[in-house]
Amino acid sequence: MEPFRMDVNKYKEMLQKYLYTKDENALYQAGQFSKQTMRHNILPEEIINIHIQSLKEIYPDLPPTIDDSLNFLLETMISYGLAYQEFISLREKQTELESEIAVAASMQQTLLSTKKPNVPGLDIGSISVPAHQMNGDYYHFVKDRHQNIGIAIADVIGKGVPAALAMSMIKYSLDSLPETMRNPSQVLQSLNRVVERNVTASMFITMFYGWYQYETCTLHYASAGHEPGYYYSAKDDRFYEMKTKGLVLGVSDEANYEQVKVQLEKNDTIILFTDGVTECRVGERFLEIEEVLEVIKAHMHLPAQEAVDKVFRHFERLQDFQLRDDFTLIILKKQVS
Amino acid sequence: MEIKSCVKIRKEWDIVSARQMGREMAKELGFGTVDQARIATAISELARNIYLYAEDGQIDYEVITEVNRRGIKITAHDNGPGIEDLGRVMEDGYSTSGGLGAGLPGVKRLMNHFDLQSEPGKGTTVTAIKWVR
Ligand SMILES: Nc1ncnc2c1ncn2[C@@H]1O[C@H](COP(=O)(O)OP(=O)(O)OP(=O)(O)O)[C@@H](O)[C@H]1O
Ligand SMILES: [Mg+2]
Repeated sequence: MEPFRMDVNKYKEMLQKYLYTKDENALYQAGQFSKQTMRHNILPEEIINIHIQSLKEIYPDLPPTIDDSLNFLLETMISYGLAYQEFISLREKQTELESEIAVAASMQQTLLSTKKPNVPGLDIGSISVPAHQMNGDYYHFVKDRHQNIGIAIADVIGKGVPAALAMSMIKYSLDSLPETMRNPSQVLQSLNRVVERNVTASMFITMFYGWYQYETCTLHYASAGHEPGYYYSAKDDRFYEMKTKGLVLGVSDEANYEQVKVQLEKNDTIILFTDGVTECRVGERFLEIEEVLEVIKAHMHLPAQEAVDKVFRHFERLQDFQLRDDFTLIILKKQVS
Repeated sequence: MEIKSCVKIRKEWDIVSARQMGREMAKELGFGTVDQARIATAISELARNIYLYAEDGQIDYEVITEVNRRGIKITAHDNGPGIEDLGRVMEDGYSTSGGLGAGLPGVKRLMNHFDLQSEPGKGTTVTAIKWVR
């Protein structure tokens, strides 16, 4: 930016014009002038100063009391000038922080990325969209050579950078579990100990872990205080809540996780999500779970990925495109039995 | 030529004397109204800090002359409790006034040069210079 010298003569002209004509155009000019001075970080006391100078030039016989009173005004503006400078430097700092967070968010995306497994007879759709830059939700798939798959979905209570850091830890703990450890309740027990040891007491992580056995078409699952998933039975044409008991991760290192199984038939569907889906707020009201399931059901005939995308679009629009919480949804559809 | 003077700070009233001394020197040196007000405000902040936190100290004034410029050098000195975390007090928003631009970061902005030395239990010295434009 080229240095900006306040032009006393220009200000004097504007002031003079206003004093003689009192017209709106002169005031418009004053408005433009003030924008320009702000762009160049001119402080209020300097503006008052050129006002005093201009006034003295226009009225050489300005009563000394007026002059003095304007100096008094100038003095009172000094603190405003300082506050304005502080504002500018804080704004710069904020921009810096925001770009740092943007970098962290894209790093997080790379770190936490997971590949959707391809398993014959199973159609999987998944989506996870953060409410802000950093995602406090997480999902993860693993597949072994027998086509069995592990599915993790987790939610950190808390948002932003701390939540994202906790999630990275979960991801690496999951990655370092031995391949033989596929028992959901065992997986959760092991993660629980990691969280208990490494995360502050004020941060909680809920998690659902499922193990899908390809041969038997059975999903074994356990949950650490996570939002319950739903099992849609095509034969009964209704949803069943996937109830299971287990404490949130990190509360007690003694926690046990009940393990349950469900056998999938043709067109049966498993729906997993975080509370960003179930606690979707429309105006003042939270959606009822029945309403959420209804929306999901209306899209279930589509290929799973298309279904989750469309369900997300639907809720995004319901909330005026302003997510209040991170949104994660996974759909597993059994195709042929 | 070197003009030096000083004002002791013990009572709140001394803050006013300190401001006044600074303003008069600044005027004589040829500072404009705006800079006079800034120098007075900077002195005011430093003197208030002595009065509030150290109870006893002084402000020294010095005219400094270099080859192509002249300025005023203000030194605020006390043997008070000192400041523990110098980095913190220079952060915007830290002062007890809730970060409305005043305090030590404000003094730094009002002047051209600023230096802060402090030893916990021993005292604090703040030096600030402003050059005539
Ligand atoms: N001369 C001093 N001796 C000891 N401590 C000091 C001294 N000057 C400042 N401090 C410490 O540094 C802190 C910051 O001082 P600063 O003048 O920036 O803000 P403040 O005095 O807290 O609030 P204000 O904005 O009203 O000045 C003070 O709260 C005080 O603890
Ligand atoms: Mg202070």
